[in-house]
Amino acid sequence: MALDLTKETGVALDAQEDFTWRDMVREPISKLNDDAFTRLRIILMNGVEMEANRFQHAFARMNAPMRADLARVRRIETHQQVLVNWLLPADQSPLETTIAYEQVAIEVTASLALLEPDPYIAQVLRFGLLEDFDHLYRYSALMDRMEGKDANAILQSYTDVLPGRPTVVEHRYPTDDLREPYDRTTASPITKLVSLTIMAGEQQTQNYYQNIGPLFADPAARLLYAEIAHIEEQHVTQYESMIDPHETWMEKWLLHECTEVWNYLACMEQESNARIKAIWERMVAYELGHLNHVMDLFRRVENRDPFEIIPTSLPEGIKYMSHRDYVRQVLKNEVHLRSVGTQFVPVGEVPPDSPSIAYNRQINSAGSPSQTVAAGYVYTPGTELAKKAA
Amino acid sequence: MKEPTDIGLNRTGIGTSPLDSKELIEAAEATVPSSEGDASGIASLRISYAEESGIVGTMPPPSTVKGAVKSVLEGLGAKNPAVFLDKLAERLQFERTGTRMYESVLAKFDALGSFDGGPSREALLEFHGEELRHFHVLRSALESMGADPTALTPSADIAAVEASGLLQVQNDPRTTLPQALHALLVAELADSEGWDMLIELATNLGHEAMADDFRDAMRAEEKHLAHVRQWVANHAMQDAEGKLEQAA
Ligand SMILES: [Fe+2]
Ligand SMILES: [Fe+2]
Ligand SMILES: [Fe+2]
Ligand SMILES: [Fe+2]
Ligand SMILES: [Fe+2]
Repeated sequence: MALDLTKETGVALDAQEDFTWRDMVREPISKLNDDAFTRLRIILMNGVEMEANRFQHAFARMNAPMRADLARVRRIETHQQVLVNWLLPADQSPLETTIAYEQVAIEVTASLALLEPDPYIAQVLRFGLLEDFDHLYRYSALMDRMEGKDANAILQSYTDVLPGRPTVVEHRYPTDDLREPYDRTTASPITKLVSLTIMAGEQQTQNYYQNIGPLFADPAARLLYAEIAHIEEQHVTQYESMIDPHETWMEKWLLHECTEVWNYLACMEQESNARIKAIWERMVAYELGHLNHVMDLFRRVENRDPFEIIPTSLPEGIKYMSHRDYVRQVLKNEVHLRSVGTQFVPVGEVPPDSPSIAYNRQINSAGSPSQTVAAGYVYTPGTELAKKAA
Repeated sequence: MKEPTDIGLNRTGIGTSPLDSKELIEAAEATVPSSEGDASGIASLRISYAEESGIVGTMPPPSTVKGAVKSVLEGLGAKNPAVFLDKLAERLQFERTGTRMYESVLAKFDALGSFDGGPSREALLEFHGEELRHFHVLRSALESMGADPTALTPSADIAAVEASGLLQVQNDPRTTLPQALHALLVAELADSEGWDMLIELATNLGHEAMADDFRDAMRAEEKHLAHVRQWVANHAMQDAEGKLEQAA
């Protein structure tokens, strides 16, 4: 569905202050019965709302005249985030939710890479994809070996459980995680939406791992979360550096609201659970309200037409589907890539004095949790105990 | 209302999507892991951390006001009086949580009703009252020995961690009364064992009056266990025989 942003006004801001606690805290989805992609949409949109909130806080801290408008919109983003994130059920453990976070990072990143017209940005996405692909394998091994549980009960066979670019080699010197930003004046609108979406998703993944790591008792789990949270920090560094730092605060706000509309619309169009679909529909209307409010502000503050920044009609959205063949192809062709500064080179071409080599040696010098947890691990339906003789 | 044992759309098994799962399995079988070994690496991590780690915590210092109690205990031949105090505090925490568990199960009962051979509201209320009374028995016991009954001792802390999954089951609005009762059964099993040991400790230490109080509690706990076990079994049998009828 092509939404005409010049005409769609959504729900006015005033009318969005209709939340109650009961409205925000509803029946969650079923871990057992709902489709895995319903869970993925909830997880991604929680991340998108979290980014809306954090961005608007940063904006307010540095721009006194905008504080009131930001406070009003931000409160609604917060309510939206509760409504969305509280759809996750209590029988879904933090580790099971982690498996789902990595499934988001695989299937959503694959879809974004396919949508992305800029070949360099698409390359960056594929680079990150292969790392999150490996994380899924490590966490699946942990869940199998620590709890005796099968990760596929969460993944529903949509996603492979295989090693990717091994987590142990993903630890790089900070400047090797920086990428070249797109150019705000020439980049296509979808590049901006893709970049903000992936940054939001990875940032929430980092937040989540940093918060839940200490909930685990097992040192293997505490170590693995420490290690993978570290890679997610690298991913946030990577993806935020893709975004043109010369965009004005108001440009960024417009793009954030536009990203929210674009994402909720894709959720709404593909949702299989009617009760959840109604929520996505309402959120689309609310975000259109935010977007229109910010477009008005933009006209006043910057004296410019907001459609210089955002598209008049929304581009194609994220596809919530299995990208198995695509991911395998990327794995085959690009698993050997490493980054040297902002560029990607085959592992054999990394200069011996690369700071990432020394960095990696240091951080793994007392052992590699991801290698230990998944030592010799091969995914087996029903867990690896299924092929172990009693 | 739908029952958890109705046939529905559970998608968790490998058989849900034969084409997708065939791909998943074949690719996994061709896996070359990035490191050799097996699950024993996790055991090695556990061992090395356990060797280096301290403990979750210790007992509070004895109350200075009632320091006399310490000598009373020593007089009774307890080489380490703190062990008894720790076990009393463990039961106290468990009984307090147990009281709240019955409140949770009562809410489930009020929302969903019972079943043939299931609990009556009166029975649940009665057991709730007994758990509460046991909490007070333990509070008095600890106070009589000069211990602080509000201290979270190591065994009390661990018992609360153990019970946390049970609460998670009982407080989820989506779980049924039989599911909540199953969690209660686990609690009552541990409860009976706990009182059993406490009576033995009290007797060995010469706390005869206390041991008598505890035997009263134990009788109530044996009744709880017998009933909860029967409710859970009755439900499963009737469900299996297709005879389940909701009787509020
Ligand atoms: Fe929002
Ligand atoms: Fe990841
Ligand atoms: Fe990531
Ligand atoms: Fe918004
Ligand atoms: Fe009991």
